[in-house]
Amino acid sequence: MTRRWWLPLVSLALASVLASCLSLTVGSASIALADVWAVLTGQGSELQQTLILELRLPRTLAAFVTGGLLAVAGALMQVLLRNPLADPYVLGLSGGAAVGALLAMLAGLGGLVVSGSAFAGALVATVLVFGLAHGTGSWTPSRLLLTGVVVAAGWGAIITLMLAISPAQRLPGMLYWLMGDLSYAGTPWLAMLLLALSCLLVIPLGRSLNVLARGPLQAAALGVAVQPLEWTVYVLASLLTAVAVTTAGSIGFVGLVVPHMLRLVLGNDQRLILPACALAGGTLLVLADTLARTVIAPEQLPVGVITALLGVPTFLYLLYRSR
Amino acid sequence: MSHLQLRELTVDIPGRGAGRPLSFGIEPGQVWGVLGPNGAGKTTLLHTLAGLRPPRAGQVWLDDRPLAGLPRRNVAQHLGLVFQERQDGFPATALETALIGRHPFLSSWQMESGADLSLARQALARLEVGHLEERLVNTLSGGERQRVAIATVLTQSPAIWLADEPTNHLDLHHQIAVMELLAGEAAAGKAVFMCLHDLNLAARWCDHILLLYPDGEACWGPAPQMLVPDALERLYGQRLATTELDGAPIFVPVR
Repeated sequence: MTRRWWLPLVSLALASVLASCLSLTVGSASIALADVWAVLTGQGSELQQTLILELRLPRTLAAFVTGGLLAVAGALMQVLLRNPLADPYVLGLSGGAAVGALLAMLAGLGGLVVSGSAFAGALVATVLVFGLAHGTGSWTPSRLLLTGVVVAAGWGAIITLMLAISPAQRLPGMLYWLMGDLSYAGTPWLAMLLLALSCLLVIPLGRSLNVLARGPLQAAALGVAVQPLEWTVYVLASLLTAVAVTTAGSIGFVGLVVPHMLRLVLGNDQRLILPACALAGGTLLVLADTLARTVIAPEQLPVGVITALLGVPTFLYLLYRSR
Repeated sequence: MSHLQLRELTVDIPGRGAGRPLSFGIEPGQVWGVLGPNGAGKTTLLHTLAGLRPPRAGQVWLDDRPLAGLPRRNVAQHLGLVFQERQDGFPATALETALIGRHPFLSSWQMESGADLSLARQALARLEVGHLEERLVNTLSGGERQRVAIATVLTQSPAIWLADEPTNHLDLHHQIAVMELLAGEAAAGKAVFMCLHDLNLAARWCDHILLLYPDGEACWGPAPQMLVPDALERLYGQRLATTELDGAPIFVPVR
């Protein structure tokens, strides 16, 4: 059983290394792989050092970690809601984060404040949705999903309102944030740590999640403490999403498409799917970001556009030829 | 060997009067059949006995402890439940489905071993779905899925079987095969408690019967005392003709 997992995981890890190499070498000035290696081992020219260590490497890492976080969060949400359409944004998390970020931008603040404000917005959205869905009774997946969708629509209205009343010179920055933007990302140490930790955490949770995917009653009958597990999954997925959104703005499709692509190919064992999501989501976003900054270089495209343009046909193709 | 005890138990069905509280034990070696019309609360009773929903009053005891206080994992090591309805939003293969029956016995970091795998394979073979092990369960027929679900509980190998209409969707041959499997489990010292709609299966295979009336009334006891035409006609509001075959009564609805 375990042996079957090595091949996909090793290939995905290999793919993510290749994608990262591509991302480090390609750009406004291309750098040979040998030079990249030289810089990473402490040699190379000063210009190359700056270009790689201060610009491309942090950005590549940020892209990888954001993609990984979103894909893992999406996979978790789908199991939690037992709904293949769930993704980190459907519960209104990105809406809350966006309102937080745009508020900070409207106030003329930048950098860290925007990130912090986005993170706070995501957490507010999480608590709001969960509290409302819980209501007076227990929450069911459909109730949680509906609450999230409705709250997300509310956030959407607030975002539109803010865009409408904001001064023209602030609009481009706000729009870029909304479409997902990695150009200001520093090295995301915290996010990397979180991704690594959550991958470790889901290994012992994985089999319980497999059982939970068959419904809460079946899971309870097979010895799963359903409520604590659901809370853990919800909090974890929300935290992962909040950190991802804080790192790179709102980037759609990764959380929805990557877990499904993997499920179509690898089956439904969460112990394999979750780590595979971290690798595949990261790889996808690194590739998308590389494209985003090279297609019309030196201009940059929002990476969210690329993830959607790459993700949609791939997903449709896999769906079309699946059983 | 475990036994389940109902102590003055009233299941919680909204809008229903108290009725008669249930007090009896489900002992090793016994095969219980629960009969009652639609909506009498058979499924709710099974879920309550499995600890999946709280009773309105009374208690369920597993061996010498109240079920409600036990960790789910401990309960699942003794008690298995065949559900009437199944969700498979994220379909798995028949083998993976049977294999989750081992979940209560594995620690968080443990992977299924070769022994677990062979238990699951044996269970699938026992239910004659071994050849389907690589198929996704959502591509199977209703009867095949039912057999995979029973194979999952067989893999779990509980001391107490709770089964919600285990013969649902099954053809005649497999109905008998499943009843024989459950009777065999009881003969090996397990306790079996199942909801049935088929009076004749109940008459032939069950040694104890619980009759659940829609108003919450109930009566229970050894099968020969319970399976009398008067009580059954009142239970279903349906006239019955009775005959006998190989020493077991046969009930046929009449117009």
